[in-house]
Amino acid sequence: MIELRNITKRFGNVLANDRVSLKVEPGTIHAIVGENGAGKSTAMRIAYGFYSADDGEILVDGVAQRIASPQDAISRHIGMVHQHFMLVETMTVAENIVLGAEPGSVAALDLKGAEAQVRRLSEELGLAVDPRAPISDLSVGQQQRVELLKALYRQARLLILDEPTAVLTPQEVAELFAILRRMREQGKTVVIITHKLSEVLELSDDVTVMRDGKVVGYLKTKETNAAEIARLMVGRDVLLRVEKKPAQPAATVLEVQDLKVTAADRTRRLDGVSFTVRAGEIVGIAGVEGNGQTELIEAIAGLVPAARTSGSIRLAGDDISGPSGLDARQRKEKGIAHIPEDRHRRGLLLDFDLAENSILGVQRSRPMAVGPGGVWLDEAAIHQRAERIVHDFDVRPPNIALPARSLSGGNQQKLIIGRELDLHPRLLLVAQPTRGVDIGAIEFIHRQILALRDSGCAVLLVSAELEEVTALADRLLVLHQGKIVREVDPARTTTAEIGLLMTGGAPA
Amino acid sequence: MKLLRQLIYPLLAVAAAFLVGSVFILLIGDDPIETYSLLIGSALSWPDGIGYTLFYATPLIFTGLAVAVAFRCGLLNIGAEGQLIAAAFATAWAGITFAGLPAWLLIPLCCLAAMGTGAVWAGVPGVLRARFGAHEVITTIMMNFIAVALASYFTQYHYKKEGDAILQTVPIGESGHIARFGKFLPGFPERIPLNLAFVLALVACVLVWIFLWRTRWGYEIRATGANPAAAAYGGISTARQIVLAMAVSGSLAGMVGIGEVLGYRYRYYDGFSAGYGFTGIAVALLGRNHPVGVLLAALLFGAFLRGALFVDIFTEHVSKDLVLVLQGVIILFVASEALFRGRAARLERGKV
Repeated sequence: MIELRNITKRFGNVLANDRVSLKVEPGTIHAIVGENGAGKSTAMRIAYGFYSADDGEILVDGVAQRIASPQDAISRHIGMVHQHFMLVETMTVAENIVLGAEPGSVAALDLKGAEAQVRRLSEELGLAVDPRAPISDLSVGQQQRVELLKALYRQARLLILDEPTAVLTPQEVAELFAILRRMREQGKTVVIITHKLSEVLELSDDVTVMRDGKVVGYLKTKETNAAEIARLMVGRDVLLRVEKKPAQPAATVLEVQDLKVTAADRTRRLDGVSFTVRAGEIVGIAGVEGNGQTELIEAIAGLVPAARTSGSIRLAGDDISGPSGLDARQRKEKGIAHIPEDRHRRGLLLDFDLAENSILGVQRSRPMAVGPGGVWLDEAAIHQRAERIVHDFDVRPPNIALPARSLSGGNQQKLIIGRELDLHPRLLLVAQPTRGVDIGAIEFIHRQILALRDSGCAVLLVSAELEEVTALADRLLVLHQGKIVREVDPARTTTAEIGLLMTGGAPA
Repeated sequence: MKLLRQLIYPLLAVAAAFLVGSVFILLIGDDPIETYSLLIGSALSWPDGIGYTLFYATPLIFTGLAVAVAFRCGLLNIGAEGQLIAAAFATAWAGITFAGLPAWLLIPLCCLAAMGTGAVWAGVPGVLRARFGAHEVITTIMMNFIAVALASYFTQYHYKKEGDAILQTVPIGESGHIARFGKFLPGFPERIPLNLAFVLALVACVLVWIFLWRTRWGYEIRATGANPAAAAYGGISTARQIVLAMAVSGSLAGMVGIGEVLGYRYRYYDGFSAGYGFTGIAVALLGRNHPVGVLLAALLFGAFLRGALFVDIFTEHVSKDLVLVLQGVIILFVASEALFRGRAARLERGKV
């Protein structure tokens, strides 16, 4: 269907694509995998005319083509769904789909006809989308379907999806995969960019593996396995299983009693949750995203206004919740470290340098803050701390004067983890520790969390990756619609059972 | 190297402005080179050119710093104009009411009145923003109107000399005067109103830099401006930072009143401000919200103000509005640079 030959692309000093050649057979689902920065998206954006290659050629159906813009790509029946959707929130589904390719004459837009066409397209694929619904009313998964329909409306025969599952819940992922398979049955070709091995194995026919801007492997999915793909991606053997000793739980560190959290829009997000976490154990929270995990972690960290919570949160016996309780900074000083789920939104000041980021949360503590009331910031102490974190946690490049923005996701995460672990916490709250992180860094992060547990810290772990929570947690609580539906032993429960609990069903 | 990169866009913007300006001059029918040498020459002559350039730059340094500090907290303080008007009036009020006090008491008192009033005038929008989410652009503009009206009212009905045709207050006590440069700089005529407020402005630049980059307060303000959610995560009360940043911003704007009342006119003169508060936004933008940049930008704009008079008088056709064209084009270029940078940054990020 499409073939790239020796595509080379430079951004400044960075060689993003180095003689990339890959071939996508018609009527297949082709996965392109690689770590962040491997050049997957660049290659596909070149195929879509978003960037122009410095060198190399693109063949569509065996004929060399010049694709200088997305318009060129669309006219050659190539469509792309970006990671961040390009939809007009205030317009309806049908209006968005026909935008730029409106049916009817210049004077009269044939919206009725457009709606009918959209309805027909969505029925063919079994996509339940109302053409008249405004985009702002749709869930993320539904918005993605609108993007798919947009491409199909423009008669795409090849669809490129850039990390399509990153924003979806497990159910939505399953539905998306079903849709993509149906498209394959209809003779369409799908290219999916991802770094999740389970998705590759589940969905694709062929795999192209990229590393450092080069293609390092082309495999038939049936003839390979996760370990082989991971080795190609990282360039060395990767431990995909977490190895850990049995937990040695000691005294109770965190005790949550009947915790309720209401969101700003007055919906109940957490509905009477009670549990304990002891020193030396990892308690995992499994659940479909949006079932109260975020609120649970933020309530314990002190980031939810006291007026919107009820119940009690005890740290080593002392109640820290309520209007007279501790605020976020005081809780941090009491030994609650927090690795937030969204490092760009919560965890980092992207435009600040690494040194400044390394003191976020302890900017009022010695030795960083000195003088009366801790008003002066001690540059030397800050640099010393930053250097220590960067060194101990292998943050690359190890230059504390760089802005946090310039680091890869994995290194940003290592910086945050280093910053929080440097507090020597009693309790670690950690959410999505490896989201968007390279496989090599995932291994490192998992080992750090386990080492912290073994040194006697209490850990509360939230992750959307079921494999991650089951592998790391010593006890697992399943959260559904703001309630803990059951506590399970992760070592003795299958992911299928947990998955069922997560969606509100009870295993027989 | 890093400094050069910071300077290159502003310098390019200034160069581009002169280029665009020369097209206008040619269209009007004058010689650009002659006009520009008049503009620059008159702004840099000794002692009058330099003296007046620094004098005009002084309020712009204060307002530029004011806008920059607020901006570092993610706030757009459009109300420096109102803050400096309220502050200047308060300065005069203190100077009149406590006219009998000795200089060592009266001058600090007047300075306190200036800074305090500016802080309150900006602090109110700060509180409204922090507490109720009312946008500071709207509230600071509203506060501008209130300041202008109140200052005129009190001047007209309570502090004007009987029968004075000009809308101005009675003079402040003489012990409240601060020295003009002519007092201690040999060969510098005392008729040039450049006064110690300029030195205060330089000190303010240094203090603002220390405040923003060497204190925990500045760190927390900048963190709030850079990413409020991350600041809250770091245990920073963003509401408190917003109020603090606005108060500091307002007190900087208020310091314009010190130079104007204690160093220049020795009274409150209604309508004294030639839009210093608004030009301060341009100064902060060109100066990249950094004290050093603000200082340089304010000096440039001060030179423009000085040179404009001579361009007006000594050219055939070009009026002093030329400098408004130059200022406008500079801002346009600086703003479009941000656009350009945003684009470059997006491309960078999208390279994965």
